[in-house]
Amino acid sequence: MEWLERNVPKLVLAPSFVAILIFVYGFIGWTAWISLTKSRLMPKYDLDGFGQYGRLFSAPRWDVAMNNLFIFGGLFIVISMVLGLMLAIFLDQKIRAEGVLRTIYLYPMALSLIVTGTAWKWILNPGLGIQQAIRGWGFESFTFDWLIRPEMAIYTIVLAAVWQASGFVMALFLAGLRSVDTEIIRAAQVDGIPTHRIYSAIIIPTMAPIFLSAFIVLAHLAIKAFDLVIALTGGGPGYATDLPATYMYAMAFSRGDLGQAAASAMIMMLVIFAIVVPYLYSELRPRRDQ
Amino acid sequence: MTSKTVLTKRLSRDALTTPHTGSVAKGRRNTLLRWGLYAILILFALFYLMPLFVMLTTSLKSLEEIRTGSLLALPRDITFAPWAEAWSTACAGTQCEGLRPFFWNSVLMAVPAVAISTVIGALNGYVFAQWRFPGANLFFAAILFGCFIPFQVVLLPMAQMLGLMGLAGTIPGLIFVHVIYGIGFTTLFFRNYYVTIPQELVRAAKVDGAGFFRIFWSIFLPISLPIITVSVIWQFTQIWNDFLFGVSFSGAGSQPVTVALNNIVNSTTGVKAYNVDMASAIIAALPTLLVYVVAGKYFIRGLTAGSVKG
Repeated sequence: MEWLERNVPKLVLAPSFVAILIFVYGFIGWTAWISLTKSRLMPKYDLDGFGQYGRLFSAPRWDVAMNNLFIFGGLFIVISMVLGLMLAIFLDQKIRAEGVLRTIYLYPMALSLIVTGTAWKWILNPGLGIQQAIRGWGFESFTFDWLIRPEMAIYTIVLAAVWQASGFVMALFLAGLRSVDTEIIRAAQVDGIPTHRIYSAIIIPTMAPIFLSAFIVLAHLAIKAFDLVIALTGGGPGYATDLPATYMYAMAFSRGDLGQAAASAMIMMLVIFAIVVPYLYSELRPRRDQ
Repeated sequence: MTSKTVLTKRLSRDALTTPHTGSVAKGRRNTLLRWGLYAILILFALFYLMPLFVMLTTSLKSLEEIRTGSLLALPRDITFAPWAEAWSTACAGTQCEGLRPFFWNSVLMAVPAVAISTVIGALNGYVFAQWRFPGANLFFAAILFGCFIPFQVVLLPMAQMLGLMGLAGTIPGLIFVHVIYGIGFTTLFFRNYYVTIPQELVRAAKVDGAGFFRIFWSIFLPISLPIITVSVIWQFTQIWNDFLFGVSFSGAGSQPVTVALNNIVNSTTGVKAYNVDMASAIIAALPTLLVYVVAGKYFIRGLTAGSVKG
């Protein structure tokens, strides 16, 4: 009985421990194993070396997916950060109706990416969407048909993703701006330092950790991007807007190529780990406060 | 590190709502600049609102009006027929019962999954914050790590596992998956919340003879309302909006609303009914939008707690 009393905390954690062990780490192990086999429609367990990775890296479609990830991820992260920071700074100028504006900037984050994709697919529809509307205003030659142009379609995904996530970055930065010591700012103002210098030399440098957090969240969103592509372009035209996540899904559920699906999932995980592990390590290490 | 801690503290006091006094905007206040500022802010507000406006107006137009009119025009003759169709007769794949059955699937999936993962997260967080034992930190790190994996890496084995458990293509199967992969975040929320409560409190209660659950029940639970709200809202938004698990693990009768929405939009039978698509999209978005409007500040707190572990 006393043993029970002493071990209650561990017993409470035990189910989660087992679940995480099996469904996170065990499953990663399973996927890693399958990626080293010749599995096609059904899983096979005879190890076969890195053949699947060789196939993956020589597949043109995977090449497109990785290229798209860099284009999409890079633009999405940079534009969201710049836009988020700009809006945060502007909102920090004692703006009337700040609360209303904040609510408007952030609401897309509450939507499913499928909803976002559906809405933007309609807006970007070359026949009846924004292109037609602006032509209707008299700009007859206005063209905005990125959605159906293979080399431009990936940018429509950037557009919709920035629309969805930039308000969130704004909220992060705004909270950061508000946490900067007002004494320092007042001192700088007394010294007659212009506002833009106060931002660039004092406030923004102290927000470095927030830049890092925003970067991690956005990078994570970018690598996992799946729903938005499915809803907005379906990976098309052709496979022009494939991302690693849609490639993996196609291999797993429509092509019946488990080996390729597993190998591409492993690469996705490695990319995320390369970004997240150093971050988590630095977050967890300096904890001496308890 | 320090400014991060400050950030979380500020957020927890909802400092977002109050601009700091002695703002940087002091000094020479150029009226023209001020007007420019407002113009830019309003322009962006229009950018964020535009898709919602377009969805709403399109859903109230007839197909005829959509074909002849402009995307950005207000509807001339408001019709609610597309909404009725989206709710009860639109075709998702071969099934033509509208979004209604799938909407209820999502409710049946989200409510238990949110409740179970929040309860488990609360107990886990309580242990991690107040009942430390050797190895607890390592386990916590392992859980945190699990929050970041791309789900693609567990998709294949989970499909096999659900098959073995006889849960493939069922709503209980989806609940199971959402609970498993939701525990990480809920544990994180509660752990970070409970860690601020002094350990002397637990020690004193123990001296008085109170046990593990008694202390949780009478000391921790009563103060937990804010963090329960954060956890419930976060989980609800995640699970309601999920598409990947839904499309991978659901069967014909158990698809959640996001999957059905995608099927309706991509349905190739008949004339493309853009107004029905938009009404469907709004219906699918309504629950989480409502949560955001009603409890926005808790929503933001969940978002930031996920990214800033103070």
